Amino acid sequence: MELEFSEQQQMLRKMARDFLATECLKKLVREMEDDAMGHPGELWRKMAELGWHGLVFPEEYGGGGGTFLDLAVLLEEMGRALLPGPFYSTIVLGGLAVLDSGNEEQKREFLPRICRGDLVMTSALSQDEIKTTHFGINASVASDGRGYIINGTKLFISYAHVCDWIVCPAKIKGDEARLKGDIILSLIDQKNPGVSCDLLATIAHDKQCNLVLRDVKVPKEYVIQSSQNGLERTLQKSTVAKCVEMAGQALQVLEMSVDYAKTRMQFGRPIGSFQAIQHHCANMAVDVEAARLLAYRAAWLISEGIPCTKEVSSAKIWLNEACRRVMSLGHQIHGAIGFTWDHDMQLYSRRIVAARLSFGDSDFHREKVALFLVS
Amino acid sequence: MDFSFTEDEERFRQEVQSFITKEKKADMPSCIYPETKGEVEYYCEMKRKVGARGWHSLAWPKEYGGQDSVVKQFIVSEGFYFNEIPGPDIISDNMVAPTLIQFGTEEQKREFLPAIASGETTWCQGFSEPEAGSDLFALRTQAVEEDDCYIINGQKVWTSQARVADWMFLLARTEQDLALRHRGVSAFVLDMIAEGVTVRPLRNAAGASFGEVFFDNVVVPKTNLVGEKNQGAKASLAMLGYERSGIHRIRMAQACLSRLVEYAKNTTHNGAALMNDQVVRHRLADIFVEGEACQLLAYRVLHLQTKGGEIDYFASMSRLAGTLFQQHVGEASIEILGQYAQLEPGSRWTPMQGIIERHYLMSLPATVGAGTAEIQRNTIAERGLGLPRSQ
Repeated sequence: MELEFSEQQQMLRKMARDFLATECLKKLVREMEDDAMGHPGELWRKMAELGWHGLVFPEEYGGGGGTFLDLAVLLEEMGRALLPGPFYSTIVLGGLAVLDSGNEEQKREFLPRICRGDLVMTSALSQDEIKTTHFGINASVASDGRGYIINGTKLFISYAHVCDWIVCPAKIKGDEARLKGDIILSLIDQKNPGVSCDLLATIAHDKQCNLVLRDVKVPKEYVIQSSQNGLERTLQKSTVAKCVEMAGQALQVLEMSVDYAKTRMQFGRPIGSFQAIQHHCANMAVDVEAARLLAYRAAWLISEGIPCTKEVSSAKIWLNEACRRVMSLGHQIHGAIGFTWDHDMQLYSRRIVAARLSFGDSDFHREKVALFLVS
Repeated sequence: MDFSFTEDEERFRQEVQSFITKEKKADMPSCIYPETKGEVEYYCEMKRKVGARGWHSLAWPKEYGGQDSVVKQFIVSEGFYFNEIPGPDIISDNMVAPTLIQFGTEEQKREFLPAIASGETTWCQGFSEPEAGSDLFALRTQAVEEDDCYIINGQKVWTSQARVADWMFLLARTEQDLALRHRGVSAFVLDMIAEGVTVRPLRNAAGASFGEVFFDNVVVPKTNLVGEKNQGAKASLAMLGYERSGIHRIRMAQACLSRLVEYAKNTTHNGAALMNDQVVRHRLADIFVEGEACQLLAYRVLHLQTKGGEIDYFASMSRLAGTLFQQHVGEASIEILGQYAQLEPGSRWTPMQGIIERHYLMSLPATVGAGTAEIQRNTIAERGLGLPRSQ
């Protein structure tokens, strides 16, 4: 058992923290909330130059050959800094889907461009089938038999408005479903005339889109022959990547709250010397410590290729619930200033709501854990 | 980063499991809190069997008969407590022994450790007093120096294992000025059959007993002083750290959760299994996840112990989360079993031979012992997060 990060991971964390502390100021975070694109190009290029885009991809595709756990370390720091832009959607949602399920040609076409920072991707993958089936996307075999025609609408697709390619799952209608399984993943060029997309105004101003596909032709070369396992693996990675981002956010809220409690004077003493506030902070610290352990255990299991369905769902439930508690206590400690637009606290609370709802809310994952308990 | 155990450790886990399977008695489904004569006999027998295998002393240094493996000691706790079978003695093995190893004299180690290792002696912890609960260093029991002895007068209370203990790890005041607080306190080893020691059973809310211990001019030789005079606070804080560590409570609560899952799968309510009720299902899922979180917090402490690092506020985190988990499992049991939850052992209607009721009652004081939940939070806030001291 070794619960510390490797020396390399610690260096990566330090480098990421230092870099983001100067390059990803809250001023930028706020500007990007209001910006229609929300994609800071200069920062994007610098991160690509640091090798962050390629970190998790094999060297043969121009990547750094890092593990998923390495990527998790980076994502936690990005969560802490509230990095705006399509890094998560490009690397995790797009890139890892291609890496896990794409064929050799698809990997060669997409991954080197992702590693260089030349490509923005997203996916219309949503784990929350309970709440999204009625927006499901249907695919039917094209008349010439050389691909698919895709139709449908999907909601809450991150950065679809600025991306180049979309990984899109679709349900196959008709006879072919029985032969090949009923779900395909396709790679769709965002500039395809059948694709339209508008930005949704969301609580976190985090650039989620409404994606409409009308008779989008997808040639065979852009269909990913995904197995159910491949799809499941990508969903698990996306969920755990979200968990470590959330852990970073929660850790930052804890640290902000403790700092504030040490300096904010009321009744002639720092409020952190009141047990009521101390106990809030202690409860937050336990939640955050357990959150990081659960998130990183799941990330480690994925890195090692060990099956981890229940560990992933456990992590997401705990992160959802712990972040909710940490956020409420953070607001309580900060008092009125924390609810002020100019204060950073509310930047975190709005994003935590979005994160809790993505890749399975707590009820969704409770069902998965219950399924494990029954078996 | 590596969340797994080594092959050697996994082999050892299997060895522990097959021992447990062999020794588990069907007519004593849960024997963590022995009360009846039969249960106490079984408990003592198991303690000696565990001793014969060297499993009380796995964490100790090799020179005192151990294997230098806190991980293996942890694996023993995990196995025995999840299977609700007696054997390990947390107070003697995991609290007193490491404190003696850290602070005791060579003679004390040679005298006391072998009998703990073999499972022949039982210890209790003499800390709490009527006027000294959370405020431990307000304790009043006196130890007055006289020739080559200390004369002990005073009282301890809420002492677990007092009725069966051979020895006590005692905290007493060697400077009688109460204002000196922790600077006037020393630690001793006290023979429970010495003249002047009286133990009175004290019935707890679960109908079982801890004890009150009275000292009337008890003579303790100076050689039984642990650490230096007036330095007892250090040893006591170290022992509290050991007490707050460990995974036994968490595994016990997880065992209870497993019973609840089986119950929910096999009990029909309104024509369907209870597990089909989403409220029940989600509640069980939530406590399962909480158990996972607690297990990892305990692993965090274990990991620090293997590295020889400071565990203090991490132990408080683990203890706080673990005891709350125990209570949440207790609460869930009451609601899932409904009115049947209140039935004590003996009735044909009692589910699971009354184990759930016992677990529930024993979860109530979990956030009180070894420092209340509030004391743990103070420790986390002040020592862990560096918040200014509360007044």
